[in-house]
Amino acid sequence: MATTTTADVKSKFDTAAFIKQYAIIGILIIFVVVLTFATGGKFLQTQNLLNVVTQVAAIGIIAIGMTFVIITLGIDLSVGSILAVAAVVSTSLAQLPSATAKYPDLHLPVIVAVLAGIAVGALAGWTNGFLIATFKIAPFIATLGMMSSARGLALIYSDGRPISRLDPTFNFLGQNAILGIPVPIIIFAIVAVTAHVILNYTRFGRHVYAIGGNEQAARVSGINLKRATIVIYTLCGLLAGIAGVISAGRIGSGNPQLGTGIELDAITAAVIGGTSFKGGIGTIWGTVIGALIIQSLNTGLVLLGMNDFVQMVVKGAIIIVAVILDERKNR
Amino acid sequence: MTEQFVLQMQNISKTFPGVRALDTVNLEVRPGTVHALMGENGAGKSTLMKILIGMYQMDAGGAIVLDGQTAAIKDTASGLAHGISMIHQELSPVPEMTVAENIFLGREPTARFGLVSRKVMVDECRKLFDRWEIRINPSAKMRSLSIAQTQMVEIAKAISFDSRIIIMDEPTSAITEVEVAHLHRMIDQLRERGKAIIYITHKMDEVFKISDYVTVFRDGKLVNTLPAADLDRDKLIALMVGRELTEMFPKEHAEVGDVVLSVRGLNRGSLVKDVSFELRRGEILGFAGLMGAGRTEVLETLFGVAAAESGEIVVDGKSVRIKQPKDAIAAGLALLTEDRKLTGIMGVLSVRDNMIMAALPKYSPNGMLQKRRIEQVCEEQRKALALKTPSLNQHIQNLSGGNQQKVLISRWLLTLPEILMIDEPTRGIDVGAKSEIHRLMSALAKTGKAIIMVSSEMPEVLGMSDRVVVMHEGRVSGVVDRAEATQERIMQLATGTAGATGPADAA
Repeated sequence: MATTTTADVKSKFDTAAFIKQYAIIGILIIFVVVLTFATGGKFLQTQNLLNVVTQVAAIGIIAIGMTFVIITLGIDLSVGSILAVAAVVSTSLAQLPSATAKYPDLHLPVIVAVLAGIAVGALAGWTNGFLIATFKIAPFIATLGMMSSARGLALIYSDGRPISRLDPTFNFLGQNAILGIPVPIIIFAIVAVTAHVILNYTRFGRHVYAIGGNEQAARVSGINLKRATIVIYTLCGLLAGIAGVISAGRIGSGNPQLGTGIELDAITAAVIGGTSFKGGIGTIWGTVIGALIIQSLNTGLVLLGMNDFVQMVVKGAIIIVAVILDERKNR
Repeated sequence: MTEQFVLQMQNISKTFPGVRALDTVNLEVRPGTVHALMGENGAGKSTLMKILIGMYQMDAGGAIVLDGQTAAIKDTASGLAHGISMIHQELSPVPEMTVAENIFLGREPTARFGLVSRKVMVDECRKLFDRWEIRINPSAKMRSLSIAQTQMVEIAKAISFDSRIIIMDEPTSAITEVEVAHLHRMIDQLRERGKAIIYITHKMDEVFKISDYVTVFRDGKLVNTLPAADLDRDKLIALMVGRELTEMFPKEHAEVGDVVLSVRGLNRGSLVKDVSFELRRGEILGFAGLMGAGRTEVLETLFGVAAAESGEIVVDGKSVRIKQPKDAIAAGLALLTEDRKLTGIMGVLSVRDNMIMAALPKYSPNGMLQKRRIEQVCEEQRKALALKTPSLNQHIQNLSGGNQQKVLISRWLLTLPEILMIDEPTRGIDVGAKSEIHRLMSALAKTGKAIIMVSSEMPEVLGMSDRVVVMHEGRVSGVVDRAEATQERIMQLATGTAGATGPADAA
């Protein structure tokens, strides 16, 4: 317990605080440098960088939703499964007409398929929020249930097989580029900027921080906790839906196993980006960099010839170190 | 002659951020006596006892001497090892465990192979209960017990350590007369066996009935220790109050206007029973009463934190329905809650965010924040309230208690309320900030705001209020005008010993 008195507040520029705040950018740079040298320059090649950034889109978009949730002291374990549901639903509506298609005679505009996938994601997220807000279920439990149920629904809906033979336009979202910039990156950027604006420039954004900072105080301040909770989880589900459509487009099919384990990457990205598990703290730019670190790690370790198993160990260690640093920074 | 004391606490001080809770206190307790500690809420009694049992650490320079030997009490385990146990005011049972398991929590008797023996535990517990004539089933789940039974279990638990010093912090606040008599018999027996009982209470009758010595605390200082036989009610109250009120409370005269709030027959559970009162513009209406009298609950009910079961709330002549705080804010009410940390500040958020939170709808008409306006009004508040913070970006948790309180006052002023309800406006705040906040309340009343102030500090109630509503066990036991408000009068009403003055004079 600090023995502080009335006027105890620091007024000068705090170098240590500045370093802690922006240390994450330094970590990313160190990462890139190390990986560049370790791979003999391969890591920095344009194609590889584009790969990193393209692949980061799905993780990053989900991590942004996760950031909202974690700021309010929640968690969403179901994002990977929601991603899969969105992927199978959207692809099933974007198949070329054929006897083996899910809906043999259906031919909808691709935009409808895309929006349907996103809407299904939002619906699943709304369900999470509704359960948490109405029945006061712990977010961990509610979304754990959704994680299992949604994955099951994705498997049932697709008969456990990838849904393929898609309208080529559908793959646009995952595979094409505009002015040389891959579409997933453009979507990721739009989502990030929008989320940043919501968190920092809207009333709702203030509510998100307030709920995480002190839920009871937020309530007394006139914030409708129930509505805010539902909106936050709906948003998280909607973003998982977008990630699902992009992921399906990238591989050109709707695989019900898509997104398995992505919740861990998303949580890791948010946390190493400075989002606090004690609530009330987190930024979108931090999460974006966190996602880039995760994806550099994923790609870099592959370039170095390390297998998945080693990656899992390294990622596990990173999240723990990040939380320890966070602990020392904030309290 | 140190041997005649079982306990000597010497030069004990304790500083919390922004507050000096204890100031060089010396307490000496003799074995085989009941030693009562008295004083207003926040006078330092509980803090001193928490230091004694090892829950808090004292500031450097003090010493605890037990039976003539200096003892270092690092934590509660070492407190127990030194023969000190405490019945806490806030009960702390584990609800899903049995009575016996709770009694032996952390020191479970073991049988073969070092395994916990449920049977031994239940047998030991039954022996203990038989010895003290407690009729509670040791195998019952703690959850299934009444509050009074729970309290008896806690008492039995404290006794079961066979400590030389047993501290009881308001043990009778939750039990009925039958159990009180039972507890007093137990205390007599413990005294005969040479135990020292330190007894914290607000109940005067109890003090004179059971205690041998009385120590009075005020503002973190020990005022005096006297044999109970040398004291009477008036002397004791004088010791407890003993300060010049006029200097501390800059209450200025404000023109009292029309009725702005009238509450009729408000009910909620056992803590708000048929509460009616009126509040006028420019008035500071004090709410006095003992802890648990229902004052905070009245404010919470008015503000929609918890829903009223029945009753009518009329603001400015219009009957309003308040189901959640949002409705209350819309009706022009504001509530500065009692517990700054639990329901007030959002610690890791900035001073600016904390300030603007309740008034956000005014500053984001279409959902988008009007950042420039927000900056402007927060800056104005910062100047007007002489807030000490390096910047509005500072996390509020880094401010002192007094400055945090100012931010929270700003939070509510920015909603432009007609009625400001403040629960314990200066709890845990140092003296300087206290008078600033009192001045501010006076100034607000002058501008025609109506203020309800719940306070457990008698000087504050007497010094600041135009009228005082006194509550006792969920009911309004009386309303006293400023001119007639004395500590004695309020204490009588608060303890329910005032005789036949019912809530008839409410309004």
